[in-house]
Amino acid sequence: MEIEERLRALLLQGLAGEARDYERFLAALSTHLRAFLRRRLGQWPDEVEDLVQETLLAVHNQRHTYRADMPVTAWAHAIARYKLVDWFRAHAVRGTRNVPLDGADELFSTQDQDAAQARRDLGLLLETLPDKQRLPIQHVKLEGLSVVETARLTGLSESAVKVGVHRGLKALAARIRGLA
Amino acid sequence: MKTDELIGILATGARPVAPHRLEQRFGGAALLGLLGAGVLMLLGYGVRPDLAQALQLPMWWLKFSFAAALAGVAALALLRLARPGMRLGHALAWVLLPPLVLWMMALAALQGAAPGERAAMVLGSTWRSCPFNIALLSLPGFAALLWAMRQAAPTRLRLAGACAGLLAGALATLAYALHCPEMQAPFLAVWYVLGIALPTALGALIGPRVLRW
Repeated sequence: MEIEERLRALLLQGLAGEARDYERFLAALSTHLRAFLRRRLGQWPDEVEDLVQETLLAVHNQRHTYRADMPVTAWAHAIARYKLVDWFRAHAVRGTRNVPLDGADELFSTQDQDAAQARRDLGLLLETLPDKQRLPIQHVKLEGLSVVETARLTGLSESAVKVGVHRGLKALAARIRGLA
Repeated sequence: MKTDELIGILATGARPVAPHRLEQRFGGAALLGLLGAGVLMLLGYGVRPDLAQALQLPMWWLKFSFAAALAGVAALALLRLARPGMRLGHALAWVLLPPLVLWMMALAALQGAAPGERAAMVLGSTWRSCPFNIALLSLPGFAALLWAMRQAAPTRLRLAGACAGLLAGALATLAYALHCPEMQAPFLAVWYVLGIALPTALGALIGPRVLRW
């Protein structure tokens, strides 16, 4: 499958540390996720972009669970499906049995480019994180500074900056789900 | 926040990911479980005094092989459960194989024994404590493996929890075999299996709650 090969190449480059390819991977994935979730959240169109972002965050946080010999499409579909089922469960939505959840092929059969605004503001949620997580994310991820520069600026050690980014994004995902 | 912004944030400064991080984490957790069970066994029960002689007997090695084989297949299933979209394949069937072999050996031993001896072969002298001892020894590994699983992305939480408990139980059995004086297959087939089933059931029970991500 063409999509599979394209996404796989981009993800593998991304896992090797190529941020540009990784960004293209996430962007390509997001259009498929949006189409996939829009179909399943027909009655709740406002939730689609929130769940797209939540799934992207999960894909990022769990990217070390991808193994090069697995189809990227199956991996990403399993994550999206898990997040969707979890959302249905958390909202105790009735009639979920009618929502077809399966079909990894289907996740990648259509695209939806309308990058929209999510209702939930992750930026606001970011501000609730403790300093040792928020500052590394702010400098490294938002301002694009290097780990060394961020360490100098914040007085944290370089490993504390790396750990702060990692834990901060995981904490963000947990806060979305009300787990923390 | 727009999705494009989020993608920018996630990709900016994204660091390389070590390819075998998951295996390393689970390997470390399993080692911790084995060591923890060993230390608890030494502190609480002690090595059986006739271990040197016992090591000469095939029965001791059957006990050891059962626990080692179960740990091996449980570890393989656990690694599959840790990755989203990974097919389980025959991983669960393999998990059933070590107990099935043990049960068949136990039945053969019981059939070959005189009717009056059978109850003693099953009950041994430690049946009251054995399963609980194994369950207790499994606790360090249980905690460590659940922690490792929390760093992964299981999508079947109950099964992932059960499998973590199973591996912890098998590792505990490896340590407990150095203490346990029982040398009859029918005893192992009932009480060892029950001892391993306890952490497995606990894992299945709490998996959906503690492994959610």
